[in-house]
Parts: sequence; structure tokens; C-alpha cells
Amino acid sequence: MNVKQQNLKTWFKSGTPWVWMNAGAVAIAILMTLGLLSVIAVRGLAHFWPADVIVADYQVPGSEARVIAGEVVEAEEVPRARLAASGLPVDVEGGEFMTRELLKVGNREVYGADFSWVVGEWLRDTRRPAELMVVERREWGNFYGYLLNVKEQGQLVAEGEAAWAALQQRIERVDELHEQIAELEKVDIGRINHGLERLRLKTRKLELEGRLDAAAQADLDAERAEWDAQYQALESQLVSLNQQFSRDSIGVRTADGRELEINLGKVVRAYQPNAMSTADKLGFYFAKLWEFVSDEPREANTEGGIFPAIFGTVLMTIIMAVIVTPFGVIAAVYLREYAKQGALTRVIRIAVNNLAGVPSIVYGVFGLGFFVYVLGGSLDRLFYPEAAPAPVFGTPGLMWASLTLAILTLPVVIVATEEGLARIPRMIREGSLALGATKSETLWKVVLPMASPAMMTGLILAVARAAGEVAPLMLVGVVKLAPTLPLNGNYPYLHLDQKIMHLGFHIYDVGFQSPNVEAARPLVYATALLLVLVIAILNFSAVVIRNHLREKYKALDH
Amino acid sequence: MNDIEPMTANSDVQRLDFNTPALQRKRRIRALKDHLARWYVSIGGLAVLGAITLIFFYLAQVVVPMFQGAEIEARDAHKPAWLAEAGAPLLLAVEEQNQVAMRVGADGQVRFFAVKDGALLKSFALPLPEGVRIASIGEDVPGSRRLALGLDNGQLLVLEHNYKVSYPDNKKTITPELSYPYGETALTLDEQGRPLLHAAVSRNGDTLLVAGATDTELHALRISATQNLLTGETSLEQQRLNLPQLAAPIRELKVDPRHLWLYAFSGTASVDVFDLRRKQLNGRYKLVGDGREVTTISPLLGGISLMVGDSKGGIGQWFMVRGADGSSELKPVRQFSLGDAPVTQILPEERRKGFLALDAKGRLGIFHSTAHRTLLVEPVADGQALAALSPRATRVVVESAAGLQRFVIDNPHPEISWSALWSKVWYESYAGPDYVWQSTSANTDFEPKLSLAPLAFGTLKAAFYAMLLAAPLAICAAFYTAYFMAPSLRRKVKPVIELMEALPTVILGFFAGLFLAPFLENHLPGIFSLLLLMPLGILFAAWSWSRLPERIRLSVPDGWEALLLIPVILLVGAGSLAMSGHLENWFFGGDMRLWLSNDLGIPFDQRNALVIGLAMGFAVIPNIYSIAEDAVFSVPKSLTLGSLALGATPWQTLTRVVLLTASPGIFSALMIGMGRAVGETMIVLMATGNTPIMEANIFEGMRTLAANVAVEMPESEVGSTHYRVLFLAAMVLLMFTFVMNTAAELIRTRLRKKYASL
Repeated sequence: MNVKQQNLKTWFKSGTPWVWMNAGAVAIAILMTLGLLSVIAVRGLAHFWPADVIVADYQVPGSEARVIAGEVVEAEEVPRARLAASGLPVDVEGGEFMTRELLKVGNREVYGADFSWVVGEWLRDTRRPAELMVVERREWGNFYGYLLNVKEQGQLVAEGEAAWAALQQRIERVDELHEQIAELEKVDIGRINHGLERLRLKTRKLELEGRLDAAAQADLDAERAEWDAQYQALESQLVSLNQQFSRDSIGVRTADGRELEINLGKVVRAYQPNAMSTADKLGFYFAKLWEFVSDEPREANTEGGIFPAIFGTVLMTIIMAVIVTPFGVIAAVYLREYAKQGALTRVIRIAVNNLAGVPSIVYGVFGLGFFVYVLGGSLDRLFYPEAAPAPVFGTPGLMWASLTLAILTLPVVIVATEEGLARIPRMIREGSLALGATKSETLWKVVLPMASPAMMTGLILAVARAAGEVAPLMLVGVVKLAPTLPLNGNYPYLHLDQKIMHLGFHIYDVGFQSPNVEAARPLVYATALLLVLVIAILNFSAVVIRNHLREKYKALDH
Repeated sequence: MNDIEPMTANSDVQRLDFNTPALQRKRRIRALKDHLARWYVSIGGLAVLGAITLIFFYLAQVVVPMFQGAEIEARDAHKPAWLAEAGAPLLLAVEEQNQVAMRVGADGQVRFFAVKDGALLKSFALPLPEGVRIASIGEDVPGSRRLALGLDNGQLLVLEHNYKVSYPDNKKTITPELSYPYGETALTLDEQGRPLLHAAVSRNGDTLLVAGATDTELHALRISATQNLLTGETSLEQQRLNLPQLAAPIRELKVDPRHLWLYAFSGTASVDVFDLRRKQLNGRYKLVGDGREVTTISPLLGGISLMVGDSKGGIGQWFMVRGADGSSELKPVRQFSLGDAPVTQILPEERRKGFLALDAKGRLGIFHSTAHRTLLVEPVADGQALAALSPRATRVVVESAAGLQRFVIDNPHPEISWSALWSKVWYESYAGPDYVWQSTSANTDFEPKLSLAPLAFGTLKAAFYAMLLAAPLAICAAFYTAYFMAPSLRRKVKPVIELMEALPTVILGFFAGLFLAPFLENHLPGIFSLLLLMPLGILFAAWSWSRLPERIRLSVPDGWEALLLIPVILLVGAGSLAMSGHLENWFFGGDMRLWLSNDLGIPFDQRNALVIGLAMGFAVIPNIYSIAEDAVFSVPKSLTLGSLALGATPWQTLTRVVLLTASPGIFSALMIGMGRAVGETMIVLMATGNTPIMEANIFEGMRTLAANVAVEMPESEVGSTHYRVLFLAAMVLLMFTFVMNTAAELIRTRLRKKYASL
């Protein structure tokens, strides 16, 4: 015993335990990173899996049993006392814990909420009926229940066993119609609205310039009449499509026996998760995953896809990259190659370096005040007097978002490029100069190509930072729901004045501003996963490109 | 350089002519290009660098106007002919558009005149009974345009002045009108017909309260309007309030707009406050010091505060404060000083809690109550004068012996002062001075509470808890990776931790808000036992490892301890969390959250500083780690090897040699981490309740400067004081992080130099 104590004492004295503690810190840091990523990955990816739906009799002590159906979303062990404290009729005797399960019960129009917490111990006779169906709808969230029949314009066409096949067939038809309607509304009617708006602005402009004479007015009227005629034609087409669209309906019964009718126009898809094989489920899983990245959001962003957000993020980042690269490189070249190296350049260098650490919200405030209100306001007064009092560029939009992020990431590009320039050996420059090249030729043909890996790295890091930045964007140009993409078929095709959707802001908005947070949560995890992937890929490619280009110029390095 | 010396004549080599016109031209073009490139890059580079520094100047340019004082500009005085026969002025008022002014004269005439040139526009004779004169005049709260005229027959007349804007022939025309909503016949207050020497009026919803006083006798009348649902007719119902009577002669009357209090100023320096609900005296308060007399009294916007002017130029702000026992008391809040002459008139602003004051020498002062600021004191007349302030507080019309004169006031941001931003301020209806941030509210007579102190406190609180987690973890990890870890492992570990830096904070924020916050709430005892057990678990694992037979121990080379510890940490973590529920049952009655708030009295929010500490700590770890690791790693090998060679253990070498040498680098890493934690927006925005409170409690949330900007900026009106205060918040953040980062950078540069010399 004494020996052992002695050992313990020397062991502590040797400092080894502290080394181990430090090792523990590393391990914790790594586990935290991996844990975060895996929680996001698991929760994000699990969302698309068609989980089994259970049906059970829910017997709350002291009240009548009722049948409930739903997917188990979460289950946790809760101390009995806490359940009792929350007002549930919990028997105080018994085990220490009870399970509490969060069921997604859907049928919002019947129950009022999609989710319901239940006590696991009170669920009796849990079963998984194969014919139980989940209907994904465009409104009111999911429906859980049994299919009774399929109707066409109120007339019964299929019932019982045959109904399921008929339903699937009709959903396909409705899907097609939905696509046609969306195309018509978004593209064709969108084009007409855009044209009419441009016409209105043109009229106003002529009026302001005092050139709106009879001839011009006649021209404008003729143009307007043409648009109107096109619109009439499209509208009648749309009306008939809409009639077709809402032709069919299905009769359904909820697990607790209520019968209702759902119009097929509101149905996205219907499936019977309990009857699906693993292969079916996998197919379904990837279909949902594809819908997520390629489709538009539904139901206040809590369902459907996030394509516009991906598109907006990418477009904004590309515009930002186009702006930031030349400016960043010029500034770096000036600082390193042309400016007189002295105290002033050192100060500038430190200042630029530090700007990378300035909180991003400060850039947002600057962007809103200077770009949007000062620059945008002046642009509006100079070039768009006809749109007044509605602002064109004097309001947050894509251009200002890109510009703000460009300023935000400028230090990253400058610092990286400068480092690249500094690393080029002097003898190479001197060699080039000795051969008679001018300074600009040396720069353009020798130095810049050699520094390109550094520039590329700076650019990619800038893009990665820009893609994940949200705080400044909340001030200068993102919205929760943009009606159209900023790049579309209407002149001038790229709408720099439009507000955009953004992945990061989508996460914030859906996760924290949504009226139905519980329903939106899995989607937020999935969006977060996507954003993490995009940024990890960007960072990774920065490393790969840097290494690749470094190899390429390695021969010159010596 | 355009001409190259010809080669010497005795050269045998074939002579190359470099001076052909073509080559010369080419050289010239190249030189020109080089020149152009130099200019292009220099101008471009300077422009970009200039654009970056623009941020500082732009923010400053937006912020500075807030701290500038007010300006006043006099326009020509006019002495229109009608003024001579109009009698003494009782009251002046200006309408919204600054075009028409109203003057109530002692001759019983109400005259409207043009503000610009004093031309008479319209004149109304008040419906006074034959031979009756106006004895007193009382105004409702600022902006109500409601007056009460006390007559010398004991009656009181209520009237309103309104202005209609119309556009006949596309020209803006303002038509003034007088209306008598309570009838053209005056209300009888004193049945004995004695003159009403003082009058007051106040309307609250459908109820009008008028008060009048003869020499010592107080009368108050409540008139409620009720609409008959069937006929739609409005009927008025009068009710006389029987108030206790006073002994001293009354000097002035004021009614609280909520109809809770009636203030009767009597004698020279005191006020009696009547509780209108209980119809009894609340108390008598002395308003000014000895040797001073109360000269004028006026309510501020909203009517809660009373501004009391005295005979020595002092102006005091008073309002009713509810004490701890529920009783209310009139308390002095602030004191302003206009000069040494008696204050004759106090003009409250109609949109802000500011006011103007005029003294007997004709000096005008502009003040703001909340900011406790004297913006301007300037003479506007020679001697006694009467003034009116326009609703937008941009014009003042002064009637004095010189005639009518108009002044233009430029006073855009009186609400801001150093004390309003950073000190405790006693806001209206508060029990005492406090730090409050509450920028907007639904009603118009709201007092903006723009104290940055709770936000700055929240920012530092968030940063503190984040650093509490991040600093030890990141620095220990940096020591280990830089000094102990096997190089092959280091090459893999470092990028993983640095990848954390690239993780968008919106993801950390959402994770903290949606996952961590409810998780922590449900596993509180587990989290705290985890903090306790983790070091013990690691020590125990290390001890056990050292007890293992050598064969096993040597199979793992030095520098791989971190990997060995991963299962240990997972086990301890899982164990603590699994224990959480049991601990909660054993020690905290099944619910630690309830236990905290009921037994310890510690309030608990789900999104609290603990969550922030974890999430933001996570965000800051890579920043600190990578700089600290660099600092430790670049400590010259000769130093450590020397120390080891002298017989020090690796740990001794680390603490006595490496740590000392690298400490400036580690300090600069901490500063950078702090800078990041202070400016972080999304995590705080998403993982706290964003309530601007000043509590250091780890179980409560906070609102930080950055999150506040993100929340309020989109709704703020451009150019308003609120907008500028948010810019100021952004500038504070910018300055703070910039100073921190620059200091860190300078320290690191010095350190690098030191290493180079070693």
C-alpha cells in the first residue's frame, strides 16, 4: 500500500498526468467536432427515410383509450417526477423513469398540430398495419390513415383493393399537371408580368422626360394590348388546367375512425411505409433526397426542397468571387511589388490582416448603410427615376449582398496572394529582369503565374467563408422566400436587384422563425448537412488545388 | 534605356543592330506598358485599400451627428398691424406644417397667422358670455391641441384647434378651425361664479377631466361620453369630483393624462398631489430649494413627467414613482439649468422627451430629459416673451416686445449622450435608475431606452463563458499537439481541428439552439457531473495505463495518448449522461430545473449562457488553437533539447521553458479568440433568448451588441437616432476587435523576431 502511494506520488511528480490531461483536451476537441458533424449527418439524412408508422391504443389513466397513428420521431427517458410536474396523471409509484415519445401524427386539419408527445408506457397493442398510408400533401402537412376509395369528379371509380393502384396512377397524372401549371405560372405568366412592368416603367420614363406624345402612347398601348391578349390566352389555359388538376379526390379514414376527403390536387405522393421492402424504401429515400435538392420549398419552407436557396447561395458566391479576385490581387501586387516597403506598408498590412477578424455583422451594417442606402439610393435617383417611389437598387439585393461579401473576403484574398508573392525567390525575379524583361513583364509572365496557387487558395477560402456567412446577409439581401430565381429567362436575365434565398439564412429562418419548428427541424438538419458538405468540399478543394499547382511550379521553386 | 551603346569597333562578332527603328519602337512601347502597369496597379491597389478603410470613415460619419448639439437660426421679426390691438397674448401654438400659428389673446379673440410673415389669416371670437373675460388657460398633453379656458365667471370652456390640409389648384392650403367638442356653452365649475384663476384639462379615451381653481378652492369635473348604440347619438355625462380642499392659494393646476393624479401647486414651492381614484390627498412635496420659487410647470410628452421651472433658472424633472409597498410618491429625477433668470415658459416637444425653456431675460434653452442634455442656450428676445414650439420641434415662434419672430431649430438627435448610452438612467415610471435597452414600442409617447450597457454586458458575458470553455481546452490541446504528439498524428489532427474554423457559425448556432439547449435542459446534472468526472476519468485512465505491464505499454509509442483517451472520454461522457436522470431523482427531486428556480431562486432559461459557452467555445477553439499551436511549435528546438539534456522531464521543459518562451504567442491567441467571441452574431442570435438583461447568471440568456444589430437594423428607420445608435454599436465592435487583433499581431511580430534571434 505504501509502495503504491509512493508510486502515485512520483507519478504525479513526473508530470505525466498533466501530459495526459493535455492529450485529453485534444481528444475532446476532436470528439466535439466529429460529434457535431455526426449528429447533423444522422439527423439530416434520417429525415428522408420512410419510417414505419405505428398504430396503438393510447390509454391515459383516468380517461378513455383512443387510437393514434404516427411515426416515432424521438423517444427519451424522463424521471417520473418531471412528467408528474408537467400535469400528466402519472402514478407516482413505479420505476424511476418513464419513456416519453414524440409522435408525428400529421392530420393537422383534424388534430390541430402535427406532433404529439405521448408516454410510452401508456401505448397498448402497438401494431404496424401494412395498409396504413402516408399522404404527403401540398397543404396541411402529412396525412396518416387508410385509403377508402378514389373518386373522379365526385363519382366513385375504385374502392378497396383496387383503390391503391388507381391512386398511384392518378397521382402521376396530377404530378404532370402540377408541373405544367407551375411552368405556365412561373415562366409564361411571369414573362408577361415582367413585360407589363417594364412597359409601365417605360411609360413613366417617357412621361418624366416629357416625351410621351400621342404616337408614343399609341405604340405603348399597342404593346400593352399584345401582352394582354397573350395573358388572356394563357389564363384560360390555366383555368382549364386547374380544373383538370382538382378533378380527382380520395376518401380516407384516420386511425381513430374519422372519414374525410382529400383533393388529389393537394397530394404530392402517397406511400405505405409498413408494406415497403428495404429496396423500396431505398428508392423512396433517394427520390426524396433528389426532391430536397432540386425542388422548391412548400408550406412556409418546412417541406419540399431548397433548390432556390442553393441557387441563390451559389450565384451570390460566384458574383462575389468575380468581384473580389481582381481587386484583391491588384491590392496585394501593389503592396508587395510596387509600394515602398516601410513603416506605412507595414501598418497597412497589419490593418488588412486585422480586417479579416472584424465581426461580419459590421460589414453588414456598412453594406446596408453605404451600398444600399448611399450607392443604391444614388443609382436609383440617377438611372431609375421612373420606378420611384419603389426602390430598384436602393433596397437590399443580390448585388449588394455580393459586394458586401466581397469586401468581407477581400482581406483573405489579399493576405493569401501576398504570402504567395513573398514566397517567390528573388533570384527568379532578378533573372527575368537581367534578361531584359520590364518589371510589368516579369510580374505578368513570371511572378503572377508562380503565385497563382496562393491566389487560388485565397479565392477558395474566400468562397468558403462567403458561403457560410449569414449575419451580414440578413441586412443586405436575403429573404425567406424569393418568388423567382435571380437568373431567369426575362430580360436582363441576371437580376442583380432581386433579393435571394440563401442556405445559411434558410437554416436560421426555418429553424427559428418558422411557426412549425418541430416539423421543420429535420429539414434544417438536412440543409445544415448540405451547407457543411459544400464548405468542406470547398476547403478540401482549396487544399488539393494548392498542392496540385505547387507541384506544377515546384521545379521553379529551386 | 531606349538606346543601347553600339558594340566596340574591334569586336569580331557579327554586329547586331539593336537600334533599328522597329526595335526602338518596340522598346518604347514596352517601357510605356511598364509605366502604365505601374500606374494601374498603384492606383488600383490604393483604391482597394482606400475602399477598405472607408468602413471606418463611413461608420464614423453616421455616428458623429448624434453627438452634435442643436442649432438655432433666427429669421426676420415682423410687427404686423393687427398685433398692436390684439391684447396681451395668452398662448401661442404652431401647426404640423410650420405654416400657421395660433394666438389666443386676452381680448377673447383667437387669431391664426402665417408663421412666415405674421400676416393675419383668420380670426375667431370665442363664444364667451357678454362681459366675461378669460382668467386662465390650461393645455392638455403635448400634441393634443386641446385647451381649457378658465373664465372670470367661474365657468370653463374646452376647445380644440385643428388644421385641414387641402390642395385647391394643386396648392397646399391649410385651413385652421376651432371646435368645441363639449359645447359652445362653458361648463360651470364654480357655482358661486368666482373667477377661475387656474384651469387644467385632460382627455383619456372617452373621458374628459377638467379642473379649475378659484383662489383656494379646487373644482374638478369628469365628463364621460357614451354612445347610444341604437341612435348613434353621443350623450355626455357630468360628474363632479369632491376633492379635499387646500389652505394655501393655488398657483397652477395639472392633470395626469391617465387620470390618476391631479397636481395642485400652491404657495411658492410645493405641490399637493391628489389621488383621483381614491379622491384623497397623496401628499405634499416641496419642489425647489429654499430661496427659489416655482415659476412655471409643464408636462413632458406622455404627461408622466412634470418639468418644474424655478425663479433662479433651474428646471427640475419630477414624476410619480411607485414604491415597494405600492404607494406612489412624487420624486425629483433630474435637474437642468437654463441660467439665473426665472424660467417663464417650458415647451415640451410633441414627438420626443425633449423640451424648450424660456426665461425672463428672453433666453431659450433646448434640453432633453432622458439624455440629461442641455443642447443649446441662446437669447431669442430682449426680456419677457411668449413662445410656441412646432409639433416637429423644428420651429419656434416667439412673441416679444419686438413683435413676432420665427426661429428654425436643427436638433435631430437630442436623445443621445454619454450618460444615456453607458450610465444608469432613471426612465419614466421606473422605480429607480437602471440600465435598459428597449428601442421601440407600440405607442408614440414612448421613451426610447437606448443604453448600450446591457448589450455590452451581454457581449462580454457571452465571450466570458465561451472563453471559459475554449481557453483551457484549446491551449492544452495546442501544447499537446505541438510538443508531445507524434508527428504523423499531428499532421492528421491539426487539419481536423482547423476544419472547425471553417464551419459556418449559423450551423453551430442552429445546433446550439435546437439540439444543445433542450438537451442540456434535460441532462443538467449529467453535464455538471461530466465536467467533474472528465478530468478524474482521464487521470484514472492514465494511472491505470502506467500500471499496465510494460509489454502493452510499449506497444503504443509516445505521442499517441490522445487516441487512447478517446474511448475513455466516450465512456465517461456516456456514463455521466446515463446517470443524469438518476442524479436528478436522488438529489433534485426529479427536476433540477425546478429545483434551481424554486429552491435556489436561480431563474432558468432554456437558451442560456451555458449553451452559448459550449457553442461559442466550440467556435473559438480553432482560432486559439491554431495560433497557440504555432507559437509553441516554433519555440526553437535548441531550447527544449537543452532543457531535456539537463535532466528536466518533458513536463518541466514544457512549463518552465516552452511556456515561458511562447507565452506572448499564447496571449495573442487568447486575444484573437476573445475578438472572435465578441463579434460572433449567429450563434448568440440563435442560442439565446436575446433578452437584454444584466445578469451574470449562467442559466440566463443575454443580448449581445452584434445580435442586437442583426435583429433591429432591418426595421430601423434610416437616419433616425435608433439607426445611428446601431451604427455606434457596430463601430464599438469594430474598434474593439480591431484593437484586440492589432495588439495580438504586434505581440506576435515581436515574438517572431525574438525566435529569429535565438
